Amino acid sequence: MMDSLIRIGGRLARHAGGACLLAATLNAAAQPAGAPDTPPARAEAKRSTADHGKFTQLQKPFKTGEEVTEACLSCHTEAARQVMATKHWTWDFKQVQTGQRLGKKNVLNPFCIGTRSNEAFCTTCHVGYGWKDDSFDFKAERNVDCLVCHDTTGKYKKIPGLAGHPAYHRMEFPAKSGKFIEPVDLNAVASHVGKTRRENCGACHYEGGGGDGVKHGDLDSSLSQPDRALDVHMDKHGLNFSCATCHQSDGHQIAGSRYAPTAADPHAAIMRGEHGDRNPATCQACHGDKPHKPSFAKLNDHTRSLACQSCHIPAFARGGVPTKLSWNYATAGRLDAAGKPIKTLDAHGHVIYDSRKGDFVLGENVVPEYRWFDGTVTYTLQSDRIDPSRTVSINTFHGKPGAPDARIWPVKVFHGNQPYDKVHRTLLLPHTAIPDDTAYWYNFDWDKALRAGAEASGKPFSGQYGFVQTEMTWPITHMVAPKEKALNCVECHSRQGRLQAITGVYLPGRDRLEWLDTAGYSLAGLAFLGVLGHGTLRIVTRRKRKEH
Amino acid sequence: MAGRIYLFKRFERFWHWSQAALVITMLVTGFEIHGTYSLFGFGQAVSVHTLAAWLLVGLWIFAIFWHFTTGEWRQYIPSFDQIGAVILHYSYGIFLGRPHPYKVVPERKHNPLQRLAYLWLKLMINPLIWASGIAYLFYANWRDLAPAWLGLEQVAIAHTLGAFLMLIFFIAHVYLTTTGHTPLAHIKAMITGWEEEH
Repeated sequence: MMDSLIRIGGRLARHAGGACLLAATLNAAAQPAGAPDTPPARAEAKRSTADHGKFTQLQKPFKTGEEVTEACLSCHTEAARQVMATKHWTWDFKQVQTGQRLGKKNVLNPFCIGTRSNEAFCTTCHVGYGWKDDSFDFKAERNVDCLVCHDTTGKYKKIPGLAGHPAYHRMEFPAKSGKFIEPVDLNAVASHVGKTRRENCGACHYEGGGGDGVKHGDLDSSLSQPDRALDVHMDKHGLNFSCATCHQSDGHQIAGSRYAPTAADPHAAIMRGEHGDRNPATCQACHGDKPHKPSFAKLNDHTRSLACQSCHIPAFARGGVPTKLSWNYATAGRLDAAGKPIKTLDAHGHVIYDSRKGDFVLGENVVPEYRWFDGTVTYTLQSDRIDPSRTVSINTFHGKPGAPDARIWPVKVFHGNQPYDKVHRTLLLPHTAIPDDTAYWYNFDWDKALRAGAEASGKPFSGQYGFVQTEMTWPITHMVAPKEKALNCVECHSRQGRLQAITGVYLPGRDRLEWLDTAGYSLAGLAFLGVLGHGTLRIVTRRKRKEH
Repeated sequence: MAGRIYLFKRFERFWHWSQAALVITMLVTGFEIHGTYSLFGFGQAVSVHTLAAWLLVGLWIFAIFWHFTTGEWRQYIPSFDQIGAVILHYSYGIFLGRPHPYKVVPERKHNPLQRLAYLWLKLMINPLIWASGIAYLFYANWRDLAPAWLGLEQVAIAHTLGAFLMLIFFIAHVYLTTTGHTPLAHIKAMITGWEEEH
């Protein structure tokens, strides 16, 4: 009842907002730069004070990416050094809180497991050129890849296996597939550089784990052109945010890190010009921590216990791209009669078995699990001893239930089954992706692949391996639904709700004092039976009196 | 010869019936919030429950003011005069069709059992529900000042206890309205204000 009143109020407010929007549209129409059918990216390009197509530095043929970088750096003198200070470049991150050495160079995961020995393949997603082994020069500024983030044409693609390079010549890819890739026109790409678009970030962040949507569950190619229902902020017809709208960068340092996340941000919105070290990528950075209109539902009181994401992302992998929920390496290596690797597809054409990788379970519209999380994550690294009789947590989200610095977060829990060393009791990193004599994908020999991987990462390998159940937790924070699609109260405020397993809070509708309930219902029942008996006796005795 | 006396004044009747409606509303929505059943949906139940709570707070402010300005609060001073006779009536005499031993006059309109029951309601059940309900509503404002043993759980338990007590009171109260000289006599009196004398 009150909710409907509040809804009507909201509708009126939207009408008022609509009027502003209309005025803004009319203003925009009056300016030639913002013609209504102009795609936002073009409009933005026209607002820029520089047209890279007019720079003489860029009006020459480029043979390699490094040459383009040198041209970029001739004006943007500090850019390479800025990039080199980031995780995007080093793949190496010292987590000060936990003391662990993280970054793609160091961590393992239950997907493609690790980058060591597979660099030429994995560095397709490195912001550099040429990292194929330890000889890579991390100090050479020309090795920085500017285009992968700043290309606006969508024509610049780094090719797996080329250590971060795009195709400079016509080449068959994948090898022996009969499919060919045309060389990239570096000159055209370089003259159309601009701010990062969703597709730039997505080229790597959608594709984590070896394919579209595989790893995160809340990041996949459906976010390149999302509608309002999929992502209220990136809605291509609406706010049309780029990733960097929230993940604001400062000198190429990009806000919002999975290695050092902000789990709780109990503050008002960040004011323009405000100094401080707050993470600008949190919801609260714009919305504040009391974002709801006053209502009887006490929504703002929830921000003390819940991450915004818990209610506002009702499910992940909502854009039509499935995410991987589990991956079983133990079944890899099954070949067909001719000794060739096979792939099995599900009804929708998605791979669910691949000889190189094993069995997968995929999921769409996945309801997250929920965890108390204070931002501290510890990892099981290659040198850590594991207990193979139990599921090994590749990473662990920490947070004391109910603690002021922790919030209940939605997470994707991914289940793996991956190789480990039976003698040393450590997780193993296989050499997989480089076409040679030892890589698993090309030889289907775990012993060779694990030995090569251990060697490349400087870790021992006993020769005895098995497969151990693992799980990895991923925070869910993208694919924010419009508010009318936020979770209904009863999704959590009920006995069998989403937060069934969450401790540390009294949750009305779920929790009760059992003996009080039993006593209360019993006494109320007895009172009812009592008055019923009393009344019956009155009626009976009254009838008897009348009969006499 | 039956006469009639004016027992319940206009405000008193308005207070009684609007309070009855609000209490029923809050019992129904409250037990839904508690998870006993699902009817309106949790969110709607919370909204209605809270709105009804504030209306009842307003009503009670008027009612308390009315009780003190009219001196009607004296109706709830416990009296044990004739209490044995009244207990005997409800447990025995009523089945024999004997008349109620207590003679109602406007200055003493409640029999000794009623006095005790309403005093219990007003001094125990209502304050328990009020205090725990307000603590529930404003939990976010005091939680950081509270000692470790006091949290939403304790508040909710106290509120639930109050709700069960109110439910039991409600069952007994509604039944006892039928024990007049005719089953609807008391209800009629509470609607019109006039009690038929016998």
